[in-house]
Amino acid sequence: MNGQAWLLLFEGAWTTLWISATAIAIGVVLGLAIALVRMAKVPFVDQLLVLYISLARATPLVTFVLFLFLSAPTFGINMNRNTAAIVAMTLNTAAFNAEIWRAAFLSFSREQKEAALACGMTSGVFFRRIMLPQMITTSLPGLVNEMSFLIKGSPAIAVIGIVDLTRVTNRIAAVTYDPLPPILAAALLYMLIISALLKLQAMAEKKANRLAM
Amino acid sequence: MTEWSILWDAREVFSNGLIATVQLFVLSTLCAFVLGCALVYQLEHGNRLSRALRLLINLMRTLPFLILAYLLYYGLPPLGLRLSAWSAGLLALIVYHAAYFAEILRGSRLVMPEGYVEAAKAHGFTPLRLYLRIILPTLVIKTRPLLGNQLIIALKDTAFLTIITVQELTAAANSVQSTYFIPTQAFVVVIVLYWLISICLELALKRAARFGAKRGFDYV
Repeated sequence: MNGQAWLLLFEGAWTTLWISATAIAIGVVLGLAIALVRMAKVPFVDQLLVLYISLARATPLVTFVLFLFLSAPTFGINMNRNTAAIVAMTLNTAAFNAEIWRAAFLSFSREQKEAALACGMTSGVFFRRIMLPQMITTSLPGLVNEMSFLIKGSPAIAVIGIVDLTRVTNRIAAVTYDPLPPILAAALLYMLIISALLKLQAMAEKKANRLAM
Repeated sequence: MTEWSILWDAREVFSNGLIATVQLFVLSTLCAFVLGCALVYQLEHGNRLSRALRLLINLMRTLPFLILAYLLYYGLPPLGLRLSAWSAGLLALIVYHAAYFAEILRGSRLVMPEGYVEAAKAHGFTPLRLYLRIILPTLVIKTRPLLGNQLIIALKDTAFLTIITVQELTAAANSVQSTYFIPTQAFVVVIVLYWLISICLELALKRAARFGAKRGFDYV
């Protein structure tokens, strides 16, 4: 493997990273929004969201990416590959994140809410100043775990022709006729990315445990 | 309505894909579970081999599944070992999920009360008997929610194999849509099938929870 092959690999890694990062960023916020709407228990919307979460958690990312990319044009929506990949990954990860946020909601102590209301906070201020910071700390380990799952699932976007870190090994092998080194190199890069996330998760866990004390 | 009748005519493609997916899933998770249990037994000893296995398990946890499948399908032939797409996919599923099963069981083994094991030792259990009769059943019943989660992840990982040309459920939908140009309906059918399988898994898991509760293992 020469320098150019490494350059291609890094390009692939960059594609994987920016698409995943965009999906994660939107997915975390969207997950919180879904959890909030679910906590409000609007009759019809609630069942719809339960159905969405159940479906999104059961559908493989590969199938979902293919579905979105191929069927969006039949509804008159024109998406390029990157947008389709980001939308599919976002919808997938948001369903998991919504459950993590909801668990944080449900385990939040009632005494704190009563205390805050007794101090004269409105429920908006209470949510922003008291509830949200604690919820972020308690659900961060779960969210980071879900991030590493999403990165592990990200090779799914190769199926619609995006040259990500997995797909790029085929490209390199097509030139060098030697598929083993690029695959091992890609594996190494994945290992670096995901072990960084695992480390982050361990740190988040430590912080969350300190809060629980 | 015509699209659905086309799909009905192509039902054989879907049923073949479904059978392939279920076959891959059942075969791989069974083998992976047995292999995972064997790995945890080996880890009990704490010698050099088990340290190497720990490293291997941690390695698997940082790799995407598809990279492993690529490694077995594209990476091995130059070394003189040519596997068919199906067997490479199956092998990748087994190795990958065995590592995850082992990690789940190991995590629970670490927090298992040691007095329990010592009591069994005092009754004269040999190490293998001790593991099979005392430790393993406890670990499995305790970790069943995590194991069930891993099963659903394994089911979803079978879809990755469509990229290395295994003819499973997602590949079936893809071939139907490229023949008849009806992507929406073809994929809706497949997504619903995946959904049904995972609902069955979840129901089975609830059953297992009731069994666990009957045996005195915490929550339902």
